[in-house]
Amino acid sequence: MITRISYIASNTFREAVRDRVLYNLIFFALLMAASSILVGQISIGIERQISINLGLTAISLFGLAIAIFIGIGLVSKEIEKRTLYTLLSRPVRRWEFIVGKFAGLSLTLLVNTALMAVGVFASLFYIAHRFTGADVYVLVAIYFIVLQFLIVTAVTLLFSSFSTPILSAVLALAMFVIGTFAEDLRAFAAMAQGVERYLALAAAYVLPNFASMNVITPVAHGEAIAGRLVALNTLYALLYVGAALAAAVVIFEHRDLK
Amino acid sequence: MAAIEILGLQKTYSYGFWRKRHRVALHPFQLSIEAGEIFGYLGPNGAGKTTTLRLLMGIIFPTSGGARILGRDMQDPRVKAQIGFLPEHPYFYDYLSAAELLEYYAQLSGLPARDRKRRVEAMLQRVGLAEGGHLQLRKFSKGMLQRVGIAQAILHDPKVIFLDEPMSGLDPIGRREVRDLIQSLKEEGKTILFSTHILADAEDICDRVGVLHMGELRGVGSISELTAGTGGRVEVHWQGLSAMAAVAALGIECRPVGDTVRCVLPEKQLDAVLDSIRRSHAHLISVSPVRITLEDYFMQQLGPRPAVVESAP
Repeated sequence: MITRISYIASNTFREAVRDRVLYNLIFFALLMAASSILVGQISIGIERQISINLGLTAISLFGLAIAIFIGIGLVSKEIEKRTLYTLLSRPVRRWEFIVGKFAGLSLTLLVNTALMAVGVFASLFYIAHRFTGADVYVLVAIYFIVLQFLIVTAVTLLFSSFSTPILSAVLALAMFVIGTFAEDLRAFAAMAQGVERYLALAAAYVLPNFASMNVITPVAHGEAIAGRLVALNTLYALLYVGAALAAAVVIFEHRDLK
Repeated sequence: MAAIEILGLQKTYSYGFWRKRHRVALHPFQLSIEAGEIFGYLGPNGAGKTTTLRLLMGIIFPTSGGARILGRDMQDPRVKAQIGFLPEHPYFYDYLSAAELLEYYAQLSGLPARDRKRRVEAMLQRVGLAEGGHLQLRKFSKGMLQRVGIAQAILHDPKVIFLDEPMSGLDPIGRREVRDLIQSLKEEGKTILFSTHILADAEDICDRVGVLHMGELRGVGSISELTAGTGGRVEVHWQGLSAMAAVAALGIECRPVGDTVRCVLPEKQLDAVLDSIRRSHAHLISVSPVRITLEDYFMQQLGPRPAVVESAP
């Protein structure tokens, strides 16, 4: 079981690599190199802040694009091109396929993010000529970004298990945007009355809360991140990913793949 | 022992906005295919052949009924390790080479790591792709992809092999090679169910065939059984053109071939024709029943039957 999932995951990773998904790293490297040089010249004293903001936002956006645009094709492309037929005629269970695909794209995102993280730290080293204790929190912010990627990937996979690729992309993107403003949604729910209140509350709890995982600004300002938040975000992401994958599996298990 | 038993397998698709309209893709039918048999699943395009194979592979689910493969329910995961499947118009991960693809499928089929490389090379050799095994599949022609498809279907040495239009996209040499390959698989004791709409392919190698039309199985049997019916017609062959006019006078069309003549006639007119030949002092060569061809049988089965589209109950 685990071996079959790992084979599917490694093939998904290989597909991403051969389809030149990691080429986005070139753009990221150019962005970081240019910003390190330019920021030093135009913003004396806040180079570190700008570099962290720029680097982590870029990691988030590049990863988000990969998670959504590769994620929507993970299942639908296999059905459309009928590559799934020869897979499912083997001793591969449908849920193993879903989990393997999720693991493969997650691995792609992890490698991509790790390489980008190296770029961010290289940029910070270029600016300060040394690493500081606060850099650990940059690592925590990157970890939170990875957790967001895992949730987006799982939810995109869920959407793609029952809808078209374009609709899946739209839904996943909408979910990410709403999730980013989850705190505002909760604040709105607290102020609203009647049905609106319950609808807003339901949306706030059902949609993923990305707001608590976005610590780019405090980290850029050198603020510490509490260990409790790390633990809660980790638990939240695991539960959310588990629920989304379970829903994707339930749908996929009963679907005619034609 | 039956390798494949189809037990009332049926598939109906729902469509329309409210999914209240239904289309029967496959009417319930029973079929038993013995171990070691090559069974040809014949039918025109859209007859339901691919639907049957997708049901058996668990790609789509039956509306009712089921099937047993090697004595187990078709949805039993243990069955999957013992079957091979070539889909119609196969398409594979084109960023992989043929060898990488087969390696991947060997992994998923549970082949031990120590055997994989040897097995992959043997399969590439067997389907004539030993030279191109390391090329990416995006550079393969349709015929080469079909060969890769056959290789992946037999890679893990399955006992039962399902081939959906295996000769599709192949040139005459390729078709011959696939026919020979199917024969050799039979000699190894495999059970093969293959679908085709090309009758010559089935006629050459099948032990038995089933004719499917409009989702309904209309006939099953060996080719000799299915083509045994004479339709009450005989062919008479004689030497001597002198009898031709007398036979033609009975309203029978004669076909001269050199100094001999052939004609096909209803059995009830045979005595009259033989009398005419004797009276003309011609030399009778043969009288033989006319066997229908598989194509004749096939065409007979394609008459209209139940409506395919049904309204909601």
